[in-house]
Amino acid sequence: MAGAKEIRSKISSVKNTQKITKAMEMVAASKMRKAQDRMRAARPFAEKIRKAIGHLRHANPDYKHPYLIEREVATLGIIVISTDRGLCGSLNINLFKASLALLRAAAAQGQKVQICPIGTKAVQFFRRLNVEIVATATHLGDRPEVNALIGTVKVMLDNYRSGALDRLVLVNSVFVNSMSQTPVVAQLLPVEATGAGELQDLWDYIYEPSAAELLDGLLMRYVEAQVYRGAVENVACEMAARMVAMKSASDNAGKFIDELQLIYNKARQAAITKELSEIVGGAAAV
Amino acid sequence: MAHTIHVDIVSAAGQIFAGEASMVFAPASEGEIGIAPRHAPLLTMLKAGEVRVQTEGADEQSFFIGGGALEVQPNAVTVLADTAVRAKDLDEAAALEARRRAEDAVREKTDKIELAEAQAELLRAVAQLRAI
Repeated sequence: MAGAKEIRSKISSVKNTQKITKAMEMVAASKMRKAQDRMRAARPFAEKIRKAIGHLRHANPDYKHPYLIEREVATLGIIVISTDRGLCGSLNINLFKASLALLRAAAAQGQKVQICPIGTKAVQFFRRLNVEIVATATHLGDRPEVNALIGTVKVMLDNYRSGALDRLVLVNSVFVNSMSQTPVVAQLLPVEATGAGELQDLWDYIYEPSAAELLDGLLMRYVEAQVYRGAVENVACEMAARMVAMKSASDNAGKFIDELQLIYNKARQAAITKELSEIVGGAAAV
Repeated sequence: MAHTIHVDIVSAAGQIFAGEASMVFAPASEGEIGIAPRHAPLLTMLKAGEVRVQTEGADEQSFFIGGGALEVQPNAVTVLADTAVRAKDLDEAAALEARRRAEDAVREKTDKIELAEAQAELLRAVAQLRAI
């Protein structure tokens, strides 16, 4: 039985792979929960800052900050947040498909594009395309920090302010639930107006220093908070996608092992039958 | 008549403090300010430094922030902090290290933007040390 040993070693190698994928699945599941917590924790900041901006805009209707003015789009800025590592199913592929659709739409309208990829996978992807990459950030880890993003966001904000960019959008995966994540394109700049309906009591503030400077600082932080939220949500998506991908990998490995076991048993049985018939044949000859 | 005011300290990473306070002190961009209940509505930027919250039992909690914004509404104070961690959690050695790095950067880098960034970092490290 020449094949038996090979089959046996094949089975044990698949079993090892299955152990790894199972471990990865469990690690991803626990990391996903933590990432979801961080996602929730990031929410109050964005809400409070949005409210403060709403109040400011309402109190100063005459002052128009550049970040709030809609203008003709000659160049589109895109921030794409991907994962740093692979083995997470079609998460990044879907994200890049959405970005490509955006690029195509921009090209169709004769708009130029500036890309800011965040995450190793996005950097690799956009490096291969013939696009202008203005800033990058990678290796944010499982717990992205705002500090790591400030520089990249600032590059885009400065470009917007200087007129090199006319519209800034964020493309990131949105966590629908642990089974589904969808790429979403959201506009960062100009900041879309908040409905005045949510502002009930209106009062005028004392400003220190000026309203213009305040709005500047708040809008900058607002955009940073949005990008940060995107990065955190991306981690949750990555973990969820990896969990599902590793679960199906473990299941496939299980099926594969069953099949190999069957082949092994058949080979073993055939070998025994052959041996028996040889013995019987030999005895009859004597 | 209320003798306390609701205080929220939030950073991008999450809620840091929420509760009632009888007095709040914060490092505003124009100088340190103290906010008592029924303060006039105010919106100001904050420098790196310490936000102190006096709760009714007269004990004081202090939070280090790396800058941010402060909003006073008739019934609530909101601190939007850039990086806020509990002051006692701050590692003095890390702050020293950051300060050394920042000083190195000031010496080495002559680029205008980098210089400004390094100076800001230096300021932050100094404030962080003071909060310990």
